Amino acid sequence: MDNTFELSVTVNGTSYHEVVDPRTLLSDFLRNDLGLTGTHVGCEHGVCGACTVLLNGAPVRSCLIFAPQVHNQEVMTVEGLGTVDDMHPLQEAFREAHALQCGFCTPGFLTTLLPWLEENPNPTEEEIREAISGNLCRCTGYQHIIDAVKLAAEKMN
Amino acid sequence: MKPAPFKYYAPHSVSEVLELLNEHGYDAKILAGGQSLVPMMNFRLVQPAVVVDINSIPELAYIDTFNEGVRIGAMTRHSQAEKDPLIKEKSPLIHETMPQIATVQIRNRGTIGGSLAHADASAELVVVSTALEAQFKIQNQKGERLVPASEFFLGLLMTSLEPEDLLVEIQIPSMPDRSGWSLKEVARRPHDFALVGVAAVLTLDDKDHCTKARLVYLSAGDGPISAPEAAEMLIGEQITADLITAAAEKASADEIDPGSDIHATSEFRRHLANVLTRRALEEALERARGGK
Amino acid sequence: MTYKVIGKRVKRVEDPRLLTGGALFVGDVNLPNMLHAAFVRSDYAHARIKSVDVSAAKEIPGVVGVYTAEDMGDAWEPGPPLVSPPPTLEGVTFNSCRQVPLVKDKVKHAGEIIAVVVAESRYIAEDAVEEVYVDYEPLPVVTDLEKCLEPGHTLVHDELDTNLAAHLIQNKGDYEAAKKQADLVIKRKFNLDRGAAAAMENRGIVVDWDQKNQHLMVWDATQSPIPIRNGMAARLGLRTHQVRVVAPFVGGGFGPKIMMFYAEEMVLPWLTMKLNRPVKWIEDRKENFYATTQERQQVQEVEMALSKEGRILGIKQKIIHDTGAFDPYGLTTPLNTQSHSMGGYDVQNYNSECFVVFTNKIIVTPVRGAGRPQGIYVVERMLDIACRELKLDSREVRRLNFIKPDQFPYDHEIIDQAFTNLVFDSGNYQPAYDKALEKIEYDKFIKEEQPRMRAEGKYVGIGVVPFVETTGVGPYEGARVAVESSGKISAATGVGTQGQSHMTSFAQIIAEQLGVEVEDVSLVSGDTAEIHWGTGTFASRGAVVAGNAVLAAASDVRLKVLKLASKILETPEEELELEGGMVRVADLPDRSISLGELAILANPFRGAVEPGTEPGLESTKYFGPAYGATAFGVHGMILEVDPETMMIKIHKYITVEDCGTMLNPLVVEGQIHGGVSMGIGNSYYEKLHYDENGQLLNASLADYLIPSSAEMPPIEVYHQNTPAPNNKLGTKGVGEAGAIPVPAAFAQALENALQDYGLEITETPLSPNRLYELLYKQEE
Repeated sequence: MDNTFELSVTVNGTSYHEVVDPRTLLSDFLRNDLGLTGTHVGCEHGVCGACTVLLNGAPVRSCLIFAPQVHNQEVMTVEGLGTVDDMHPLQEAFREAHALQCGFCTPGFLTTLLPWLEENPNPTEEEIREAISGNLCRCTGYQHIIDAVKLAAEKMN
Repeated sequence: MKPAPFKYYAPHSVSEVLELLNEHGYDAKILAGGQSLVPMMNFRLVQPAVVVDINSIPELAYIDTFNEGVRIGAMTRHSQAEKDPLIKEKSPLIHETMPQIATVQIRNRGTIGGSLAHADASAELVVVSTALEAQFKIQNQKGERLVPASEFFLGLLMTSLEPEDLLVEIQIPSMPDRSGWSLKEVARRPHDFALVGVAAVLTLDDKDHCTKARLVYLSAGDGPISAPEAAEMLIGEQITADLITAAAEKASADEIDPGSDIHATSEFRRHLANVLTRRALEEALERARGGK
Repeated sequence: MTYKVIGKRVKRVEDPRLLTGGALFVGDVNLPNMLHAAFVRSDYAHARIKSVDVSAAKEIPGVVGVYTAEDMGDAWEPGPPLVSPPPTLEGVTFNSCRQVPLVKDKVKHAGEIIAVVVAESRYIAEDAVEEVYVDYEPLPVVTDLEKCLEPGHTLVHDELDTNLAAHLIQNKGDYEAAKKQADLVIKRKFNLDRGAAAAMENRGIVVDWDQKNQHLMVWDATQSPIPIRNGMAARLGLRTHQVRVVAPFVGGGFGPKIMMFYAEEMVLPWLTMKLNRPVKWIEDRKENFYATTQERQQVQEVEMALSKEGRILGIKQKIIHDTGAFDPYGLTTPLNTQSHSMGGYDVQNYNSECFVVFTNKIIVTPVRGAGRPQGIYVVERMLDIACRELKLDSREVRRLNFIKPDQFPYDHEIIDQAFTNLVFDSGNYQPAYDKALEKIEYDKFIKEEQPRMRAEGKYVGIGVVPFVETTGVGPYEGARVAVESSGKISAATGVGTQGQSHMTSFAQIIAEQLGVEVEDVSLVSGDTAEIHWGTGTFASRGAVVAGNAVLAAASDVRLKVLKLASKILETPEEELELEGGMVRVADLPDRSISLGELAILANPFRGAVEPGTEPGLESTKYFGPAYGATAFGVHGMILEVDPETMMIKIHKYITVEDCGTMLNPLVVEGQIHGGVSMGIGNSYYEKLHYDENGQLLNASLADYLIPSSAEMPPIEVYHQNTPAPNNKLGTKGVGEAGAIPVPAAFAQALENALQDYGLEITETPLSPNRLYELLYKQEE
């Protein structure tokens, strides 16, 4: 195969070196090549936000990035946020407030909110609504997610 | 929805980019932020044989003063421009526009140059840059040229960029004293493409008469649609509510050419354009007079 | 029993895995040697296939095969009929036409599958799909519900001489006689349009045929793993023990994931058995709009006869219901519409004629609400219109017509989707309605807020709508509960989970019975290896039907625990308590034994047992109600509309929910919030735009608008508890409630806000453009 790209990328603090077809979407690279299936694919046109990951600390749509574009950069996925036995306060807050039902959209919300809460430690409900308006959820009606964010803000400060 | 295969390049300098563009011509597409291009590739609406990724050229991302205005490198991310204090100070209309573009995740990746080169008639920057009479600096292997916004946007997703061209910089002049501005749009959900929108810029003299006015519409035709006749109605006059109403009527009835689609008919778009023009002119006027 | 867990706001046991990216969804299944499928789907809604050329596609490196209907040979068979018309309903005409795995000669809706490509990756498979050339002969397209029954109209199915899928009439009392007594007869035509479930996870299936073990493993994002297992085994000539279906975590169902057998569910098993390799297909979002079922479109003509006080004397209705190109799901949705067209009102005379028609569109099967929203919409709209004409207060008219508490169980004498008489089991409507009016401060709004805001140039309006919801229907579900030697509890039920929190709320039932912590109960739902009998998650029945099966099994285990412990501790059962995983003698805490020890004793490795004993502390029980449990609620909203731009903002949203006993209030609230968001979508944002060629014009999330947080108001949920009399938990379903009354409440509020314009709304969904036409182009 002559049309390949040798990719080096750090994901959740671990370095990876993989050979990829350049058209591989970052979402598929993370899920299939690295086995990090926490990032979910809902639309592949950049609208739903389920695939949101952090690229160099900023939330982006991984379905709109080709894997080679993260060469020599840092990616964080939901798996980098916490573990079952040691969840991040944001994850704890989501659980306490019942902010997830099917859980499919949830990783995208978590990665979007992590840097945002660090920059906005004391948000109003309006601000929270705006901050999550780029992530779609079909189960929760967003109410409990907003409650979770308020709770997370308290926990994180 | 996976994209079709392509040959991928990630050059590290502008000259390498221009070399590649020259070699591949129409076979190549420039990949900037990818927020417009990649969805189209995923839907297989476009299938470029060659993709030239220009994200590894940090020299293309900057925000500097330029005369009294600003100049912005084409690879400046929307999110950078959104937070930039220079833009806030020198180009308040751009500053106000930025948060209205799509969602935060899109803005973290999308670029000023990419949005303009893509030339979607629903893109806020396309319309605002036209209203502000921006200039676009374009480079190719033969040299460099400066194209005003009014000559840059040529039609539906079409600009004056040739296959061998790279948009490198956008120059936004400052507005004179006693200028006011406004961007009004109506969208089904805040981050959706607007059903219709208008950017209004005007300048008053010290006798409160309008010396300059521009009205440019988005989602009202094949590119940014200007309404010079409506704007002309304001020149030399003291702007009253009646005059605003008349200008709004004129622009929406005669000067724009909105299409119909599943979200809005042409007629509804004209109606909205009328309402938004009125509101935009009211806001621009208030600002020009020193209000908020 | 003093240890109470049912009714508590317990944190979900399933959350840690979901929150940390460690939960398995079907798209996450990755097996060695796995192949990927992509489908060649018809661009045309109605066309004959003249030829299919797969030669170029086969040449692409990485492509393992490209198959058409011909290649399937004898394995090609339409899907089974899932729901037949109720045998209890007389005079029904029903023409059964079912979907096919791969199209043979004629395409009947856009998106129907013509060929399947199997390749080493999905990317390559999609490349090959582009290289398959289909020669179509386009045919005229059937899309108009009213015209499609006219003689000479193009037919969707050549073997029938009609586009009629079904015809039925339901009658109660004598409408014509009632009409003669009426002071007011009003008649309106309603246009109700389709919506998609648009779950965040698209469909998907992974199949793995193990030739040596002669076993088929299936992961399917389905709401019905057990019927899928049964049907697949039957189709493939296998025994049920040779097929295991797992519905892993499913990212939202909302109805369409209970449809079976989708074409993909028929094609993939055939492929894996043919190729002897695992095959995976994950639907992408574009496909979801073409290939996953939808629901809502109806044209209705409704007539209502009333007394001058506003008492409903009778309702007459004609429904034309769109079933799409096939009707595997029978009459479920239109029957639900009929069951809800009288709302929660004491209507003595009801005559409803329903025509179900075939069109060249994707199949219609239930989507959250499943026909109920349409029924509630028309009855509430008619009452609102009647109130205006009779100049009566809408609150008084509801009060007058509600079924009274002493009238329950109320038999409507028509047949509902569960094939039984429509019986409302219990209810207490007035207090819930009053509570809603109080919480939304109805009087204050009408008398003070609205006039004050109008004076400021703002157009605000209020809508309060009561509704009923039939829930908890049969046939049955089962549950198995067992105490393990560790003392922890394992359980299983056949209702899959797509976010309904079964793993927690059912664990609460078990925890309460056995005196253990909720976290110590591990419940598996959706794995056919764990439980053999069940139907699935649909129709707001999980809590009622599976929940009561769980209760029955858990209480049976409790009895076994007590019986054995009584013997071991030499103490009468009445003196024993279950607490903290132990069985204790009351007042003698040192006399105790753990559940784990009991479990070991109950399953001896050697020795003799008393004849007739069952081993272990385990029980499997089933629950099947004679008829469902009727939930009830009221929604209220205050919205503002800009009559220049047609933009709306919902300022306040309250709900009063009566779903009987709540298993977990957090879960109930979440279900309502989610339902309301879908209802708001159905009111002003979501519309599937089909053109006259049956082409869907907005097959993407950029153009099919589901509400984001910006469109959603904060939602207040209040509860009332009228326990269900026919199940031990006293519980009623609540899964669909949130979505049901919203379009009706929205229409009422919008009309209220725009009273000056004399707006009358008889369609849903609305949109800014449509509102503009209604306000400003009324003369046309």
